[in-house]
Amino acid sequence: MLGKLTWDAIPLDQPIPMISSGVVVLAILAVLGWVVIKRHLPYLWREWITSVDHKRIGVMYTLLAMVMLLRGFADAIMMRAQQALAFHSQGFLPPEHYDQVFSAHGTIMIFFVAMPFMIGLMNLIVPLQLGVRDVAFPTLNSVGFWLTATGALLVNISLVVGEFARTGWLPYPPLSELAYSPGVGVDYYLWSLEISGVGTLVAGINLVTTVLKVRTKGMSLLRMPMFCWTTLATNLLIVAAFPVLTATLAMLLLDRYLGFHFFTNEAGGNMMMFMNLIWIWGHPEVYILVLPAFGIFSEVISTFSGKPLFGYRSMVAATMAICILSFMVWLHHFFTMGAGADVNAIFGIATMIIAVPTGVKVFNWLFTMYGGRVRFQTPLLWSIGFMVTFIIGGMTGVLMAVPPVAFVLHNSLFLVAHFHNVIIGGVLFGAFAGYTYWFPKAFGFKLHEGLGKAAFWCWLIGFYVAFMPLYVLGLLGMTRRMQHYDVPEWHPWLIVAACGAGLIMCGIVLQIVQLVVSIRQRAQLRDETGDPWDGRSLEWATASPPPAFNFAVLPVVSGEDTYWKFKRRAAGQTRSDEEPKYEAIEIPRNSPTGFVCAFFATIMGFALIWHIWWMVVAGAIGAFATFVAFAWRDHDEDIIPADEVARIDGSNRAQRHAILIREAAE
Amino acid sequence: MSTVALTEAHHGSAAGREWSGSAPKRIVTGYGFWIFILSDMIMFAAFFATYAVLVGQTAGGPTGDDLFDLRNVAIETAFLLASSFTCGLASIAADTRNTSVFQTAMAVTCAFGLGFLFLEGQEFASLVADGAGPTRSAFLSAFFTLVGCHGLHVSAGILWLLTMMAQVFTKGFRPDIQRRILCFALFWHALDIIWIAVFTIVYLLGSAT
Repeated sequence: MLGKLTWDAIPLDQPIPMISSGVVVLAILAVLGWVVIKRHLPYLWREWITSVDHKRIGVMYTLLAMVMLLRGFADAIMMRAQQALAFHSQGFLPPEHYDQVFSAHGTIMIFFVAMPFMIGLMNLIVPLQLGVRDVAFPTLNSVGFWLTATGALLVNISLVVGEFARTGWLPYPPLSELAYSPGVGVDYYLWSLEISGVGTLVAGINLVTTVLKVRTKGMSLLRMPMFCWTTLATNLLIVAAFPVLTATLAMLLLDRYLGFHFFTNEAGGNMMMFMNLIWIWGHPEVYILVLPAFGIFSEVISTFSGKPLFGYRSMVAATMAICILSFMVWLHHFFTMGAGADVNAIFGIATMIIAVPTGVKVFNWLFTMYGGRVRFQTPLLWSIGFMVTFIIGGMTGVLMAVPPVAFVLHNSLFLVAHFHNVIIGGVLFGAFAGYTYWFPKAFGFKLHEGLGKAAFWCWLIGFYVAFMPLYVLGLLGMTRRMQHYDVPEWHPWLIVAACGAGLIMCGIVLQIVQLVVSIRQRAQLRDETGDPWDGRSLEWATASPPPAFNFAVLPVVSGEDTYWKFKRRAAGQTRSDEEPKYEAIEIPRNSPTGFVCAFFATIMGFALIWHIWWMVVAGAIGAFATFVAFAWRDHDEDIIPADEVARIDGSNRAQRHAILIREAAE
Repeated sequence: MSTVALTEAHHGSAAGREWSGSAPKRIVTGYGFWIFILSDMIMFAAFFATYAVLVGQTAGGPTGDDLFDLRNVAIETAFLLASSFTCGLASIAADTRNTSVFQTAMAVTCAFGLGFLFLEGQEFASLVADGAGPTRSAFLSAFFTLVGCHGLHVSAGILWLLTMMAQVFTKGFRPDIQRRILCFALFWHALDIIWIAVFTIVYLLGSAT
């Protein structure tokens, strides 16, 4: 009846997962209880869960990412503590648990922190920057988000019910094959990524179509803000890379569930094919994560320097060059596999070539700041921290692109230090810069500046203290993923690294405090103009938070830095603009399709993991029925009448006008 | 809007070359679906590449030459190509809002599709019965996955086809249903393209060795 699922699946004898999951379950119940008692449930259902508004979906993606960051960081601090303690001892994590912790850490940080953070910010901002009212496919957008949430949920269920993979964040065969990983851990990994991968693909298709086909009048491609360009590049990469991940994981699933021989040791299977396939997805994935961050830095640096982005067209060219080159370097992830000197040399050179367009970008950012009136506010601090940190990470990357060096450093902590250097320094700092920069746009008030700066310094210093020792450890010969060790030279460095993780924890705590304090002081931090940073692109041209329809009248664009030009022109005029002619606006109607579909996907995923076949069928029928029900509805749009638009926009105009007069008087 | 007007007073000069605003819904939907098809083709490319790597790994078991029945495959191909033709007729009927022709053409498309699936199922069943199932060797794993993935797509397409017939029956040719028919047609024709590749790379080249 319940397949492989029995009471043994719940690790009652292990205190760490039981206590931590107990706390999580209690927290979830507390939040749910509060929501129900305060009667917020109808509001949540109507305004958020069923919402197809790109801004709401963007916020939910980002929220998911931040919650999962806490989970991923809990794993990180456990690993650092384990390695600091496990000199000549077993530490506090037994090997089978430690292996799950590092696997879950990588999986969660990449798929359920970095990805949803970036997709969330793109969802929130890109339609506003393009001057339009929504993405190309609003309901699919909601489906994509909820499928991502399904994947995250399944990974977290594995904490309580069963186990997670012990294979590392990429399940290399033959270890991940049934013979060596007979438990459900790898199945949790595979099904949660298959399901969330569909969600990511949907988001990718949606955003590519949005950028290429849904732009306001006059917004030609070369007038788009840089963030829209990097969004385009990233989502092209998603469309081109994620199907390969889906196919590769499907092959591993077939091996595990039906006894196929893709990657097995016997019957002609080829495990090295897995490394090729997974990295044909995996390397573009790196750029899927970092390109949107590059876009965010471009926006932030240009805004806070009060200058147009230096070398806009070279930035576009560099972005698209990276987009293409990222598909030509996958083999550098396994130079030691034995492809031969020629092949290794070609991929090594291709890898180094990527440093060229990336270098173009760094110089463009520097020249944007040069001669500008630079305001050192939190988003810019993250950007400068990024530039310094990312250059170090980039250079260690170029170093490891040399195949003989890779032979020495392969699988060592040097590698771990390198990719944390680029992913924390690049992607996460970018996400935090974007979070601080666009928070007032999403919620109508700024984040607390002082606490933001304090969090930034904790993160920055914490990062260096935590990861620079890992470079040294790598050179001292310490391999990654060690549960314990006997080398006395390593011990002090690992203690320092653990202290660094503690500093980062201070940064995270400060960020939580910042959010709470900002919400409490929202009256003082209110953004009344919709343009708190003196911005340059169209997202600042509407109110904060924007109305459901974004723009009462769609803007018409005549050049780069559109909103900046509008502002300059308005400043030269003495009379106020006359009332625009409002028309009724159609906005896509809310739909529970995404949520219901993800509900069935969760059931199906869980049933597949535990071999509960009747439940798989039930989930599949439910998901299909949801789509048919959606296809059968008669109204897919709500109309906001012209006088309602005029009322909403009129109050916003009056507010802004009052501020303008007040500022002029001062 | 607001005190800063978001329109330019003089923008007529270069209007001919300017981007004129968001594309109509039909274009946006079709474009998005094309992107999906491209991503689907990339997934098939991964399966094709895998097949190419593993085609020689028969583990002492049968090769393609021993197993493939080209007559059967020729009939399957004929069914699929004919179904593409009738699918095209259904698209034309949808454009001219001719319900009876549309339903007939879709029904015939469905019949061809089912015929294809029946023949493929028969082929798979006989292979498994002869001890040449997907667990026999890496070659057969790759074969069953690649061809089976295409078969799964055809099955999903038939489910979609029946849903579209029911939608037109109950709701008529509404604009959103027209857009879905457009996407369905793209999907069905794309499956044909993939089948041509399967037919050539798996069956023709496999039998030639």
